[in-house]
Amino acid sequence: MVKLPIYMDYHATTPMDPRVLEAMLPYLREDFGNAASRNHVFGWKAEAAVKKARQQVAELIGASEQEIVFTSGATESDNLAIKGVIEFYKSKGDHIITLKTEHKAILDTCKRLERVRQERLDELKLLRLAQLAGQDVTDDNQAELLAKYDVDADETYRKWAELPTGGARVTYLDVEPDGRVSLEKLAAAMTPKTVLVSIMFANNEIGVVQPIAEIGALCRSKGVLFHCDAVQGIGKVPFDVEAMKVDLASITSHKMYGPKGIGALYVRRKPRVRIAPIIDGGGHERGMRSGTLNVAAIVGFGVAAEIARKELPEESARLLRLREKLRKGLTDALDMTTLNGSLEHRLPGNLNISFAHAEGESLMMGIKDVAVSSGSACTSASLEPSYVLRALGVDEELAHSSIRFGLGRFTTEEEVDYVVKLVVEKVRKLRDMSPLYEMAKEGIDLKSIEWTAH
Amino acid sequence: MAYSDKVIEHYENPRNVGTLDKEDPNVGTGLVGAPACGDVMRLQLKISDDGLIEDARFKTFGCGSAIASSSLVTEWVKGKTVDQAMTISNKDVARELALPPVKIHCSVLAEDAIKAAIEDFKKKRAARQTKAS
Repeated sequence: MVKLPIYMDYHATTPMDPRVLEAMLPYLREDFGNAASRNHVFGWKAEAAVKKARQQVAELIGASEQEIVFTSGATESDNLAIKGVIEFYKSKGDHIITLKTEHKAILDTCKRLERVRQERLDELKLLRLAQLAGQDVTDDNQAELLAKYDVDADETYRKWAELPTGGARVTYLDVEPDGRVSLEKLAAAMTPKTVLVSIMFANNEIGVVQPIAEIGALCRSKGVLFHCDAVQGIGKVPFDVEAMKVDLASITSHKMYGPKGIGALYVRRKPRVRIAPIIDGGGHERGMRSGTLNVAAIVGFGVAAEIARKELPEESARLLRLREKLRKGLTDALDMTTLNGSLEHRLPGNLNISFAHAEGESLMMGIKDVAVSSGSACTSASLEPSYVLRALGVDEELAHSSIRFGLGRFTTEEEVDYVVKLVVEKVRKLRDMSPLYEMAKEGIDLKSIEWTAH
Repeated sequence: MAYSDKVIEHYENPRNVGTLDKEDPNVGTGLVGAPACGDVMRLQLKISDDGLIEDARFKTFGCGSAIASSSLVTEWVKGKTVDQAMTISNKDVARELALPPVKIHCSVLAEDAIKAAIEDFKKKRAARQTKAS
């Protein structure tokens, strides 16, 4: 008998590997020292443990230990990479290129930088307007003066607007229907002001793996820095910063069977990449990230990285086999299913599938003993389904009908069999009570109906 | 998000799922919502010539709360007159099922479905009377 509940949401987080926890325990007990204490054995022990972990993490991605900056996790790493580059290279340019399917930690960081730039431009515009008008600009006369003087066309203002603003301009590239970026479109989006390309390794919803080596080569040839949010792919698909010419990479421990609250930013040394810190203080992590190191978590992260590196080939083959069993089991038994994103370029443990006419949240309620996730956003106030699926051009109804299955290290074949049987049964039940399925079966084109959107 | 016991009960044992003959002059069909928004509700009412709701059937594409809202109103309208059914409000549905604020639209949809089904029935009857006269 299979043990319930079943966890199939490994993209959200992963349980700690027991070997990781074992390695961490001494650092939560007797070896509690501060890795920055240079004058006693407690500090030395902590420092040695951190050094070892740093090597383990570096080795997983083909980096050297001096290139690893420990952070609180991938969100911080993403913020540090983007804000750090934009600030440090502000005299060089301020243009970022990223994808519409990136994680919110990337998209919202970019949006903030766009706002910073816009606010600065608005400020400059009013300053220039006052100069042109020869009088103070107030709330009362602002509209009138703006109508009178075309500041946007003014040469001085345009010159000012090209000065560093502290913010950035951002291009959010569309992806192809299979979820991958087009290298031609990426190359075409580059301008002389482009300083950074930020493209993820593998997508958290659809598991689609981007052509990182090709992107790296293109960026290197154009003299543009390449940041990769590598959170989802690391430890599942080989990743090598040298072979792939990655300049900055975000990683997190809890997606690879390590503890939460610890991650890293890889920062290339040759050719040297510079970033301005976003957290100031004692100058830890070579000044890039101040704050006392979380030694126990770092030790766990290191062990998790070493296990991931050693077991990657075997584990990814096993996961691929289980994922395919799940996919075939579901698609053989059910009609009107669609796989979202490329099958070929995909994480072995990911399956994102739409069951037309059966709503995702409702399906999750039906399989309540199985933890999965849905692209349906019925619980959010906006009612907007997954922006990632929308960026792929997936129909909104199908986005609402999507389920993401995430398989991982502790997923068993027995669990996969159980989930196939349960999902098939529940999809059928929901379709039996779905007016859309009935209409589709009758051959009615659902697009031809005038729906009353609410 | 946790669902209320009543939502779970209706979701697991939905009442009156099915289809009535939409060509039947005594059947009113209400189809509300939109696939793009993630919920579509179809409510069908069989209404006698003297305005009594004799039967109700639903089919719903949507979350658990949408399914529960539709299931609940089929129970409520059966045996009621058209005028009585018209007084059922989304607030009654939301209260009965203890819907959280983000799910209020499900109860609104259920109210709309009742009104749309009755509207359809009235239209059919009016068309019949025009033809007869």
